[in-house]
Amino acid sequence: MKQSDFEKKYLGFWEDIEKLLDISPVASGSSTEKRKQRKNLLRSDLGETFPENYRLLCHHLSLARSRHYSPLLVERLEQMVIRSHQLFYKRKTHLLSTVLRYFTFDFARSVRNEWRWVLLSAILFFGSFIGMIVSLQFYPDMVYTVISAEQLADMETMYDPTVDKIGRNRDSATDFQMFGYYIFNNTGIGLKTFASGLVFGIGSVITLLFNGLVIGGVAGHLTYIGYSSTFWPFVSGHSAMELGAIVLSGAAGFKLGFSIISPGRKSRLRSLRDSAREAVFMMYGVATMFIVAAFIEAYWSSISTIPAMIKYSVGIGLWVLLLIYFVFVGRSRATR
Amino acid sequence: MQSKLLDSLSTVQTPEGVDLYLRLAGVWPRSVAWIIDSLIRIAVYIVLSIVTGMMGDIGAGFMLISIFLIEWFYPVVFEVLNDGMTPGKKSLGIQVLNGDGTPIGWSSSMLRNILRTVDFLPLFYGVGFISMLLNDRFQRLGDLAADTVVVYRNDISRLSDIPHQDAIKPVFDLNLKEQQAIIRYAERTGQLSNERLEELAEILDPLDQHQHKMNKKKLLAIANGLIGRV
Repeated sequence: MKQSDFEKKYLGFWEDIEKLLDISPVASGSSTEKRKQRKNLLRSDLGETFPENYRLLCHHLSLARSRHYSPLLVERLEQMVIRSHQLFYKRKTHLLSTVLRYFTFDFARSVRNEWRWVLLSAILFFGSFIGMIVSLQFYPDMVYTVISAEQLADMETMYDPTVDKIGRNRDSATDFQMFGYYIFNNTGIGLKTFASGLVFGIGSVITLLFNGLVIGGVAGHLTYIGYSSTFWPFVSGHSAMELGAIVLSGAAGFKLGFSIISPGRKSRLRSLRDSAREAVFMMYGVATMFIVAAFIEAYWSSISTIPAMIKYSVGIGLWVLLLIYFVFVGRSRATR
Repeated sequence: MQSKLLDSLSTVQTPEGVDLYLRLAGVWPRSVAWIIDSLIRIAVYIVLSIVTGMMGDIGAGFMLISIFLIEWFYPVVFEVLNDGMTPGKKSLGIQVLNGDGTPIGWSSSMLRNILRTVDFLPLFYGVGFISMLLNDRFQRLGDLAADTVVVYRNDISRLSDIPHQDAIKPVFDLNLKEQQAIIRYAERTGQLSNERLEELAEILDPLDQHQHKMNKKKLLAIANGLIGRV
């Protein structure tokens, strides 16, 4: 078949599709109008005939290519096929049910799946954290190896028991500001910990150790100089969410890094892709934990009028809940 | 049909059995797109800081949350909801797609944009730059992990329709490649000057044993014949 006959025969069909895809060379109507039109078409699932038409279109493209029709025609068909392909294979997600399913099942499951990395991450973080606290009780000067003297002085004024306003030296009006700061800072650190794990896991190791030593340094120092009564009640509330999230960010980072170091029977690229998909899936939950931690820290931990015992109980309670969540949630549907 | 020239086409086979050609975008257009996006973000921050500056501490909180959201999710939101195009990418006519040519979803976009942190190391996308040069699809590390590519959005071709003329049959035989060359020549009439078109046509003079001069008009007439017009 000569090209002109081919074109003559199917031009109407192509024009219909082009109209549907909004790539018609003969533009008509304003762009917003077209956009609306297209949205309606998309909402009506493109019509029942779309899959069939799409296959026919693919067939036309193959024919046009194998018959060496002019590049202009081939390109026009290619463009239609590319757009249709994108439309056809667009994955539809139902946000609400996906989110629900994620927190009642997927998140805990994905963390359990990676329990080795979670364990490694926890050992590195809590090891350096507790190690630092303990050693500071015997060698208090060691704190200056990880924290500068000025920062330490700031910390001391924040948690000075003789000062009225305990916590990070603020009144209730600044709660929201601090909430913003915690989200901005802590969640950012978590995401960076995850991303830097890509560099063979080194990034995760560094961030975990560094954070463990610094946080442990502050805690150990304030304990040593006798500020326990203000510091520990303040941090206990958000400790579970925040420290847990740090550990999980590290674990997700390890998963990325290790997939390149030891890809097993896959190619390194393939291995990275597969692991990255699972790791970023875990990070949704981790980011949520950071935000919850920020909320608790800004609005609960900062209330200085609540007795220490209640604060400790809430803190411990949250740790227990978190552990229960990760150990038990989503098990019943473990075999999908 | 596709010659094995060095080019930036990436072939993807669809389940329907046809090959799609993705025209990959290289370092330069992507950098420009990034710069445009950065400028937009900076403009947004300036406006935001003026607005939130008037709201005291609460405003500062809003500002910090906004910075966090915009820094991490500005590209994600646009890529997923706007056919793979941030405003910067749109202005350069490029878009992000999955490696198989399908539109990018939340998880891929999230991944490639979180891993931006690593690509950005040590300064201004040093790692990403090297990664893009080292693989054949111009992917930075985030793209590799998420299996995404940045491609030119195929726009309506610059080629013009072949001008209508009464078809003639060439007095010499043309093989397939030569036929295609003539058709392509005819499709480019809109892009080339008249003089250049005549000049190109003259190259074919030796083909005609009867010493007829070849010219643009004749060549276009042949092209009309080749695509089946009468």
